[in-house]
Amino acid sequence: MQRSGGAVILMQKNLDKLEHDIDAVSDDLAYLIGSRETLLGMPSVKSSIPFDDGILGFLDDVAKRLMGRPDIRDFPDVATLGFWIRKAATTKLKERFYKKDGDVRLGRGVVFHIAPSNVPVNYAYSLFTGILTGNANIVRIPSRDFAQVEIINGAIRASLKDHIDMEPYICLVRYGREQRINDMFSSIADTRIIWGGDATISEIRRSPLMPRASEITFADRYSLAVIDSGQYLASKDKDKIALGFYNDTYLMDQNACTSPHIVIWVGDEKERAKKRFWDDIHEIVKKRYTFQPIQGINKLTKSYLLAVAQDGIKIKSHGDNLIIRVDIPKITKDLMDHKCDCGYFFEYDCEDISELKGLCDDKRCQTIAYIGGKEMLLPLVELGVKGIDRVVPVGKTMDFDLIWDGYDLYGQLTRIIKFI
Amino acid sequence: MDFDEILKIPPYSLDKTEKRGLLTERLLDLTEHHKKNCTGYARILASISYDRKNVYSHKDIPALPVRLFKELSLKSVPQSDIVKTMTSSGTSGQAVSKIYLDRATASNQQKAMVKIVSDITGAGRMPMVILDCPSVVKDRSMFSARGAGILGFSIFGSKKIYAFDDDMRLDIDALQRFLDQHQGKKKLLFGFTFMVWQHFYKELLRLKEIGITFDLSDAVLIHGGGWKRLVNEAVTQGEFQERLKNVCRLGASHDYYGMVEQTGCIYMQCRYGHLHASIFSDVIMRRPIDLSECTIGERGIIQVVSSIPESYPGHSLITEDEGILLGEDDCPCGRKGRYFKVVGRLKNAEIRGCSDTYAEKFG
Repeated sequence: MQRSGGAVILMQKNLDKLEHDIDAVSDDLAYLIGSRETLLGMPSVKSSIPFDDGILGFLDDVAKRLMGRPDIRDFPDVATLGFWIRKAATTKLKERFYKKDGDVRLGRGVVFHIAPSNVPVNYAYSLFTGILTGNANIVRIPSRDFAQVEIINGAIRASLKDHIDMEPYICLVRYGREQRINDMFSSIADTRIIWGGDATISEIRRSPLMPRASEITFADRYSLAVIDSGQYLASKDKDKIALGFYNDTYLMDQNACTSPHIVIWVGDEKERAKKRFWDDIHEIVKKRYTFQPIQGINKLTKSYLLAVAQDGIKIKSHGDNLIIRVDIPKITKDLMDHKCDCGYFFEYDCEDISELKGLCDDKRCQTIAYIGGKEMLLPLVELGVKGIDRVVPVGKTMDFDLIWDGYDLYGQLTRIIKFI
Repeated sequence: MDFDEILKIPPYSLDKTEKRGLLTERLLDLTEHHKKNCTGYARILASISYDRKNVYSHKDIPALPVRLFKELSLKSVPQSDIVKTMTSSGTSGQAVSKIYLDRATASNQQKAMVKIVSDITGAGRMPMVILDCPSVVKDRSMFSARGAGILGFSIFGSKKIYAFDDDMRLDIDALQRFLDQHQGKKKLLFGFTFMVWQHFYKELLRLKEIGITFDLSDAVLIHGGGWKRLVNEAVTQGEFQERLKNVCRLGASHDYYGMVEQTGCIYMQCRYGHLHASIFSDVIMRRPIDLSECTIGERGIIQVVSSIPESYPGHSLITEDEGILLGEDDCPCGRKGRYFKVVGRLKNAEIRGCSDTYAEKFG
């Protein structure tokens, strides 16, 4: 009796502290969805069963609201997001992940998400992953005013009206770099998800977590593309491939961790394949990409810095600054320290896939996008490299999944109650 | 070709064709010299398959981005020959350019500048008021752009005073004494545009309201440095000069464009408000998309070439400034060569991506 009474007093104390903390920062904290009361309720809200019908129904509602917008074509990133949370899609995820094996899975509790500031829809993927896995979610929204954020939040708000039971699970906030707010959310988080790369991770890590809390961090990564020249030339889908590669790279200013920075050519028809490939890409970039004058100077600077650091490189362009390619005679250890963005590619002629070992035996190495047979990459992985988390066809590097960046998000955001 | 020969020619006397011949020859020589003596530069030339046979004019000489001098120590003479290292004025935390000068390059910078400035102010030294504080030039081993500018222009001063104390307050009595002492003589004022505005103009304005005025009708002001901070104050160049004239009857004022990476070759503003390229250097406006040359009146990224740099490979540079070529050989002021205006700095890229640090790094 005494003991449980003590626990109740302790909980009340924690709640008082949370209330006090929230009120202390109220001037610096804006609620986009949810309120002070939502936050206060989060530590005690019940954990849901992942993928339960209420969750899938709610997300399907959000999806319908997004996909039904007359202007959805202007926001392909929002459309892709909506597609991902349709019931048909989430049911497939449920089939893949949710095992009826006698054990019970529940959401871990409160997830504190720190979204990246430069990708408009990323916060929503993080949030929906937290919801799908049965958690209550606090999300720090990027401070930049993206149209997509308002669209998505509008759909969530409207859907919540028909799904009041979901309200306690969603709180979207905006604030600056106040550490005390990071401290407060971290102190009640069972899982913390940090997007935004190394610098953000080290900033947020100054805020302690509870002893049993866990953390998922999306650090600075780099990615590559491996193209089998013969198979590429034989492909009937060259237009689709070119558009796919454009989406993998330029769509995110080649600054997503999934965007290839180096194109590795294998096979016997490298030169012919390169010509066709880059001519196609150049056409698309010319049509679709918004070029900013400083980008040309940035790429020129980066390529000259590399030229000074490494003897024998060759810089190529297509008569303009939209695509800058740099031929690398040898893959050196520090090559990726010289990467740039907005259409800046290293290129390497590869005779044996094991030449890529140095590039991939690095924890920063994330995605390999390929054209050709993916089995060509197996010998590389089997060398026991420290990097490579994903091997995906060109055009699919940014397709979000619950297995992401080397993490099983489903596994990490749920807990197993073992029944024996 | 020797720089001494170029120095013999009056600085604004060559037309397009003559100047092209002169600069092309000199810059080709400099390119070969740096290629031979600076490994980094040679590697850059190799990476773009540079071949001097493809150079038909000085415009065809490859241009290095100025930012390269912030990241690398590029020099074409042994370290023991370096007599001065110039640095650009960066705000705290930003990388600064490091420019290495040997005796010849440092001296040629000065000689070129004398030719250029005398063409505006007339030959001979003048009493000079430096619109800055003395501490800005104290550490002589590391020249900041502000300090270098002041020291560079100091050669035009017979007698000199610093008008501000180290708290950037105008020393009214000292200034009055100096003006009285040199009454009737033409005087030179020099300062950085923003400092002139903030600590000189505004103070003169305040003093005028309480009845203290200065007569600077026999003075010429030369001012340089960015307009960025004045944009915040919503002051245009014309207004800046007009308001100064109103507050102290200032005789004349000339802006100039220049950078620490090509010290000496400054671009002086004529009385028609145009910045002029002398025979020692040139400007080429480039289209951002493909770096092709802009036509007259078209806005582009400013490339600068200079016939001076021998100790570092900075004879052809692409800046991060934007400008507009206004004309060539036909400015009503009578100076030959190109004349132009500077529009401002290139905007930092706003880019998407997973990592938050990018904007901060370049911001």
